[in-house]
Amino acid sequence: MERYRKYFLNKLSWFLITFVCAFILNFILPRLMPGDPVAAIVSRMAQGMSNATGVQAIYQQYTELFGTNKPLLQQFFIYVNNVLHGNFGFSLSQYTRTVADVLGASIWWTICLQFPAIIVGWLIGNTLGALAAYRKGGFDKIIMPISIFVSNFPAFGMAIILLVIFGVGLKWFPTSGGYGFDLIPNFSWKFIWSVIVHYQLPFWSIVLISIGGQAIGMRSMSIYELNADYVKYARFMGIKDRKIIGYVFRNAMLPQITGLALSIGTMVGGALVAEIIFSYPGLGFTLLNGVMGQDYPLISASTLIITVMVLSANFIIEILYGIIDPRIKAAQAD
Amino acid sequence: MKHIIQQVFHSGKFIVGFVILAAVLLIVIVYPLLIKDAPLAIIGQGTFFPPGTYVNAYDSLGSPKYILNLEHAAAKRIASKLSDDDRLAMQEWLVAAGIPENEIDISNTEQLLRQWENHYDPQTNIAGMTNAKRNYYIRLNASLKGLLSTEGAIIAVKNADTGALEETGDVVAQSDYVNIGQVANVRRLPLGTDNFGRDVLTELVAATRVSLQIGFVAGIVATLIGLTLGLLSGYIGGLVDDGIMFITNLFTVIPSFVLLILISFSIGQEKRGAVTVAVVIGFTSWVWTARAVRAQVISLRNRDHVNLSKLSGHSLVYIIFADILPYVASYVVMALILQISSGILAEAGLSILGLGPKTTEVPTLGLMMNWAMIYQAPVLGKWWAYLPVLVTIALITFSMNLMNTGLDQVFNPALRD
Repeated sequence: MERYRKYFLNKLSWFLITFVCAFILNFILPRLMPGDPVAAIVSRMAQGMSNATGVQAIYQQYTELFGTNKPLLQQFFIYVNNVLHGNFGFSLSQYTRTVADVLGASIWWTICLQFPAIIVGWLIGNTLGALAAYRKGGFDKIIMPISIFVSNFPAFGMAIILLVIFGVGLKWFPTSGGYGFDLIPNFSWKFIWSVIVHYQLPFWSIVLISIGGQAIGMRSMSIYELNADYVKYARFMGIKDRKIIGYVFRNAMLPQITGLALSIGTMVGGALVAEIIFSYPGLGFTLLNGVMGQDYPLISASTLIITVMVLSANFIIEILYGIIDPRIKAAQAD
Repeated sequence: MKHIIQQVFHSGKFIVGFVILAAVLLIVIVYPLLIKDAPLAIIGQGTFFPPGTYVNAYDSLGSPKYILNLEHAAAKRIASKLSDDDRLAMQEWLVAAGIPENEIDISNTEQLLRQWENHYDPQTNIAGMTNAKRNYYIRLNASLKGLLSTEGAIIAVKNADTGALEETGDVVAQSDYVNIGQVANVRRLPLGTDNFGRDVLTELVAATRVSLQIGFVAGIVATLIGLTLGLLSGYIGGLVDDGIMFITNLFTVIPSFVLLILISFSIGQEKRGAVTVAVVIGFTSWVWTARAVRAQVISLRNRDHVNLSKLSGHSLVYIIFADILPYVASYVVMALILQISSGILAEAGLSILGLGPKTTEVPTLGLMMNWAMIYQAPVLGKWWAYLPVLVTIALITFSMNLMNTGLDQVFNPALRD
């Protein structure tokens, strides 16, 4: 247990360091933007106002509200304090709604969509890759080129193709939104069914894009392991094929878990764009609205949340990996 | 060197990838030489004109006329004017009038019209039919009579003084044809127009060129940063290695697209040119090159030839360039190819988020995609606005990955089948 604790603390401190760096980057980068976002909303609100002093007063009020007149360092401490209290300020583009409110409405859509989809894609991809390595022949000849093609295909391209075939052409599934536009969220069967139907296309487009890369990786790992000395030795010993395959795939699986930890950031990025294609009410769509509305509190908060999600997923995977792989324990003993 | 190139061109995958990419490059270079239209010129008034040849109707009236007696011309003319709704309505009436449904084929225009002519009678009262519907059939019947007329159309112009219409003496008969080659204004739009009314094909070629440039710049920036950091950290080791690895590990876990979004947004819409976007993409995607180069350099740095070089008193720069770089060169070339293709994808993803290059200057594949999405092209069924763009992106990335796999098999014999 002592060794695990060392591993765990090591990973935890690394998680905290990356988090602090990501936090600082998140604060600094959007605020370097040229142009004054407050001036933009004021000009939108003051349309048709001819009184210059009135416009000036509105401008000052908003500057005060968003704190854009203070020095950057002071803004940073205000920001840290606010974030610790779960207060991300007001959204500039959807003013009177707070950022926390806007994000609170969208984050669960993203979590419930992306994490199941990425895990299902990872499982299917690894199974296909392992089968391709083991069965070889025709199966491999079909699966591999398809996987290579699919993994090179942009995430939004897959989303659009599914949208056109199943949404527009066959009309099996709706083309946009998270639930029927005529419904109000509640716990009726009608609403839940509508959510399930709207879930399918974004879900499968994310699954499909994550399958390709995983299958290719798993195939080459398995081929490498199948040629390893211990497999030959086990065969000479007369151990049953089925049992050997079990060993091989467990060994090939371990690097794939690290692979998942390293690629989860990219996958989430692709999935956010897929959300935009389907106008799914998650973080990707919120981010798009923030960009369109030049809304830096919203963008900063959503990128922060995405980063936290990715870092946490990464952290959890690494902890699991430490428990699964006995070599980690051995390495920490030195 | 010559031997390596020969070997590379023996790999089937590499050749396929290379040919596809070369074809794309050739089109991008040759097309603008042949067709000198400005790619962003707005020529169509309206959105999403379907692909086809557009012939100026006014000019075709003045062009020399040729009389062709073609067999099915009249049938085709009528068929094209009779909408599917009208056909269904005619079928409905005929069935109601007692004709067996299996004798009516609504795709057979000639038969349908004959049946209609023989059976339709405005006086017939069909039970349950509303008056509005009956009037609709009377109107339909009248318009069918108009369709079946064999007289030509007369061209008249408005007299500027009196405002009255005066015949010009020209009668366009139904068997008159013009030769497209003799009409002054003909425009071919093989892929129609986009939501702004731009020629999609011309725009697509220009966009492919810009996107490839973005990919190249991003790839070169990323590879240079990654290569430099990897070489330094791997060869020098110690504190330098620790420092560089700290940064590298940091940027491995912080998702690069988050940085990409934040930086692009911070630059602002006005200052975001294609080159800026490319450099930003390069700055956020060097991590994997740096890690891989470092790993290779560490395995190289204690080889005999490097130690020998050190003993001979060669400088650090010389050792890196002469004794280490040649061994990682093959990997770096492969990494560069992948970086270019992922740079193109990154640009497309950014543009869909609305963070791509400034829209008014150059088209890129991502921007075309972005506009097609904003104007709902997939839902409206305007395939020419988004499908060619997707196919181009897929072809470019697929060809580059094929080249990469081919190279991998040449340089790592263990991977050969």
